[in-house]
Amino acid sequence: MLDIHDLHASAGDREILRGITLSVRAGEVHAIMGPNGSGKSTLAQVLAGHPAYEVTGGTVTYEGRDLLAMAPEERARAGVFLAFQYPVEIPGVSNAYFLRAAYNEVRKARGESEADPMEFLDLMERKLPLLDMDPAMMQRSVNAGFSGGEKKRNEILQMAVLEPRLAILDETDSGLDIDALRIVANGVNALRRPDNATIVVTHYQRLLEHIIPDRVHVLAGGRIVKSGGKELALELEAKGYDWLEAPAA
Amino acid sequence: MSTIASYRAQYEAFAANGGAAAPAWLRDARRGAIARFEALGWPTPKDEDWHFTNPAPIAEAELRPLHGATAGAVTAAALAPFAFGAAWPTIVFVNGRYRADLSRLDAGAGVRVMELARAWREMPAEIERHLTRIAPYDAQAFTALNTAFAHEGAVVHFAADAAPETPVHLLFASDAGAHDGVAHLRNLIVAERGASGAVVESWVGLAGVRQLTNAVTEVHVGAGATLRHVKVQRESDQALHVHTVQAAQERDSHFVSFSFASGAALSRTNIGTRLGGPGAGATLNGLYMVDGAQHVDHQTRIEHVAPNCFSRELYKGILAGASHGVFNGKVYVHPEAQKTDGKQTNANLLLSDRARVDTKPQLEIFADDVKCTHGATVGRLDRMALFYLESRGIGAALAQRLLTHAFAADVLGTIEVAPVRDALEALSLARYAGSGTAP
Repeated sequence: MLDIHDLHASAGDREILRGITLSVRAGEVHAIMGPNGSGKSTLAQVLAGHPAYEVTGGTVTYEGRDLLAMAPEERARAGVFLAFQYPVEIPGVSNAYFLRAAYNEVRKARGESEADPMEFLDLMERKLPLLDMDPAMMQRSVNAGFSGGEKKRNEILQMAVLEPRLAILDETDSGLDIDALRIVANGVNALRRPDNATIVVTHYQRLLEHIIPDRVHVLAGGRIVKSGGKELALELEAKGYDWLEAPAA
Repeated sequence: MSTIASYRAQYEAFAANGGAAAPAWLRDARRGAIARFEALGWPTPKDEDWHFTNPAPIAEAELRPLHGATAGAVTAAALAPFAFGAAWPTIVFVNGRYRADLSRLDAGAGVRVMELARAWREMPAEIERHLTRIAPYDAQAFTALNTAFAHEGAVVHFAADAAPETPVHLLFASDAGAHDGVAHLRNLIVAERGASGAVVESWVGLAGVRQLTNAVTEVHVGAGATLRHVKVQRESDQALHVHTVQAAQERDSHFVSFSFASGAALSRTNIGTRLGGPGAGATLNGLYMVDGAQHVDHQTRIEHVAPNCFSRELYKGILAGASHGVFNGKVYVHPEAQKTDGKQTNANLLLSDRARVDTKPQLEIFADDVKCTHGATVGRLDRMALFYLESRGIGAALAQRLLTHAFAADVLGTIEVAPVRDALEALSLARYAGSGTAP
């Protein structure tokens, strides 16, 4: 589904990704771990098309298409979803309007008809309980005044509505207490299907107790320095990141 | 003949004819005011308050007085789109003249709505107590000029402790008959002690003709009273519009003002309040959204003269095309106004490279125990918010329009008169998001 080959990316004149190579197949969950500043969030944002980063080398192929040539909205319509580490507040646009606009864009891209407000309401009635969310949240402005936990749940709600083929969770666990973490993880697990894939970017192992990865990759200095099965996450939890040498630049 | 001399001649004709019926004190005030106007002359960009707005298009225009002309032929149907879908008590003026046939003055118990010339006969004490006493004109040429011609206009009186459920609507419309004319409308709103009322003032242009509105609205907010005032300026894109709203507040009163401006070629709105007794509060919010060659100027002046008062101010502007916005917000804190709590924000969104905004928040604080902040921003759409929307499949163009509307909706949401808020949100939505459903 996703083939990343020798990906390099910079912010300004600072190179952050220094040759990432990674393949993700349908049905898999990959965890990307690593210390702060290792480039793991940058990788997530580059895949979604964040304008602050410039790709300086390498290729990313998503379902046979050149992902890097696609605008952010085209990636989203093709099934790529990034759950933001810091979801953006948009005062003045209600959550309901925002989600329905996004949902209809994605439906149109799939060749499906747009959902009218009533159909959308039905959909929300099915999706909101998944994240244990109050329907009143739909009438509030997008993320405005939401608590940290509410913002993260709102991200996964969007994911539940848009049903992406490739979901990228960027530090979705940060700032969550254990109950919120469980709700978010359950939401993600409920959305797993044999034909979609998930990349979980996280600093800590605890999220991976709930979302069991097939593969774990450790990023340091903008490169993958170690890959393994789910037991690698436990090893990192026990030993920290210091035993992994960052490769020479 | 200079335009100043023209206005003098118009004044003499008015004083000898239509103006003669007014009480003696008002005739004296008019006489003093026209002399003051002549002494002051027109403001120029050399005046601090007019630095960013050149009033030359007004000063150089030879305009005929509309108070002597026949009222426009506007029908109720033509005004229906500006009624906010509500059946409020409404007083209508067309081309500067009162239109009894279009007005509905019954506002229920405790509320009186009428034209000024009737009010000085039916409630002379209230009129004399407040009219011309709230809005100063010693240094304000436009207010002096308005005062010289004070005759047409609306009076709204809320009796002590009155709390009507519906707002009163003052609707000022002009049609093609107003071309090259000037109307000096003079309004007075009085909320007596403990009253709670709302007044919506609409300024609507039905035809694209040059005309000048030079209006003054005086507002008295008695002790413990709350007065909500919403101004909606949708004049034609050829219109010239100058309007001063000046409030005087007594202790524990609240003045809640909103000024919306999307019309006029050149508009200048002055909103001022004097927090004259302890425990009073003022909320001054507004939104201007203009395009093309429009020029829109808001000047606000909040005067804290008593202790323990608060003021809140949020003005936003959306400037497209080659439009020019001006915001000048002054907050004066007098030495005796300890414990003043003031916050002022002006945020502007530029949608084009040719649009321009000048913003100047001014704090002058002479008390030592106060909490006052102010801030102004001029910018473009937030790139992170754009990316967030795009990352959900929403195309760049729609994302930009949505965020522009959201910028407006944020401050429109503070309007407490729901039908006005909804109507203006729909207006913004149609203009920026190109859709009828609320985001």
